[in-house]
Amino acid sequence: MINNSYEAVMSRRNEIMKKAIGIDYEEFESKGTIAFDYEKMMEKTGYALPEIIEMQEESGVGNTPIMEMKNITELARKISKNNKAARILIKDEASNPSGSFKARRAATAVYHAKQMGYKGVVAATSGNYGAAVASQAAISGLKCIIVQECYDSSYKGQPEIIEKARKCEAFGAEVVQLTVGPELFYVFLRLLEETGYFNASLYTPFGIAGVETLGHELVMQCRGKYDKDPDCVVCTNAGGGNLTGTARGIIKAGASQTKVVGASVDLAGLHMASDSQFNRKSFTTGHTGFGIPFATWPDRTDVPRSAARPLRYMDRYVTVRQGEVFFMTEALAQLQGLERGPAGNTSLAAAFSIAQEMENDQIIVVQETEYTGAGKHIQPQLSFARENGIEIKFGDPKEEIPGKNIILPDHPSLLKAKDLDLIDIKKSYIENSLKRIGERNLKDGEFEFLMKETRMEESELAKTIKEIGRGDDGKKR
Amino acid sequence: MINKGKWVRIHKVVLQPGERAENLPADTGKVPYEMWAKGFLTRDAELGENVLVKTITGRIVEGKLIEMEPSFDHSYGSFIPELLEIGLQLRKIVSGGENDK
Repeated sequence: MINNSYEAVMSRRNEIMKKAIGIDYEEFESKGTIAFDYEKMMEKTGYALPEIIEMQEESGVGNTPIMEMKNITELARKISKNNKAARILIKDEASNPSGSFKARRAATAVYHAKQMGYKGVVAATSGNYGAAVASQAAISGLKCIIVQECYDSSYKGQPEIIEKARKCEAFGAEVVQLTVGPELFYVFLRLLEETGYFNASLYTPFGIAGVETLGHELVMQCRGKYDKDPDCVVCTNAGGGNLTGTARGIIKAGASQTKVVGASVDLAGLHMASDSQFNRKSFTTGHTGFGIPFATWPDRTDVPRSAARPLRYMDRYVTVRQGEVFFMTEALAQLQGLERGPAGNTSLAAAFSIAQEMENDQIIVVQETEYTGAGKHIQPQLSFARENGIEIKFGDPKEEIPGKNIILPDHPSLLKAKDLDLIDIKKSYIENSLKRIGERNLKDGEFEFLMKETRMEESELAKTIKEIGRGDDGKKR
Repeated sequence: MINKGKWVRIHKVVLQPGERAENLPADTGKVPYEMWAKGFLTRDAELGENVLVKTITGRIVEGKLIEMEPSFDHSYGSFIPELLEIGLQLRKIVSGGENDK
């Protein structure tokens, strides 16, 4: 009989994965080193942009409107230091079939599964991606199972996640709900093994390639409407796929001067695998609890090599606080007549602050919105926080402590995106890579690989490697 | 008695505390890893009994019967008075009624 203990299943992970994705990742590895050929992986296993545009159009995905947030821009100008602020545009991704940009990722993953002859798809996600996969599977006539981390040990569930379970079921998917812990991966592997379905991972090359259309579209829309490229695009950042795919699309559109900014909600101090802290956060995605670990080590996902590699594309990385995102969510409803988010409005909060550093004739694009519904809305999320003993008050958001309070800015001028030190994050990525190298020297190709991974100049990388305590040859001192 | 064929919810302990992953935070490691699923009941049964259900994708899953015809009751939550103030303040600033920093 097959051994289904935790250890036994985890030790079979590679063979289960191989069957469930149909990609031989070995092909892209540079044997005996930490390097792999990222671009070759994206080219060989992804789809070309025109193909993706066509397959997404087939399933009603993409071509979402881009809208100028005139009143929010006006607000930014009224409160900024010199009464200047860039035009704030928002790409209304909520108008995709499942209500978020994740439909783009799901469309390519489900298309691929169908092409390969899989009978169904499985995805591990508590977020919008589940609904997206379920929606696309419904269109393609594939079966769908969504596995989500939903409840703490007292059976108290995040309202936002319960809403997503409802939405997945509405599209005909089976939803398996779990308590808090990384063993979700174990349940996920067992489901793949039992069903023989496709692993619709968020991190496959086709998943990420599916987001490239988003970056490409927004550049084309800006050119059409304003006759210029966006100066800055802000992406809510968790696992890194949103930013990676969007940035690749921007590059493919030829917008070489556009700056790409990642934004995450600051949840510093909360442990993501903690049962007792699970319901003390008001954001289940888009936060630093995913953003930082996935940036500093992308290959921690459900595929051998993640196609989401945000450090290759990020020009700047900022955080905003929960209270600031809730505040901007309310501003979006009250000033622009749009109920969206809240989690997807992380980039809006960041953009509102960054726009105030820019000139009036510049353009900043918030590249996504997400649908709003029962449970998944500023009011139930704040009231859930209050029920869980989180203090909600007006004040200076700088004083917010995740898990203790949520501070809504007393005045919009108090809303400030905080810069993270990108060099520090890159250094931490390099440290994680060097740990895998161990005692030996850096081999041919590894230095170049790290340069690409971190977008560092040769001298900068050499200096960083030295700072970590290695010699010129990369050898541990 | 819940009849065979009814849509129900089941609960199951997937891993006991001792069987869970290593390096968990202490609070997580001391509780079992639990799962909930929904499906059609494969025999007549009472709440609390161990049963098999056939899920919407056709899988057979075992667990304790906890609910018949489960529904969603998540909502728009309780009133949050602070939200009223945000809209009033922002509209005032945009319309020029307040331009202090």
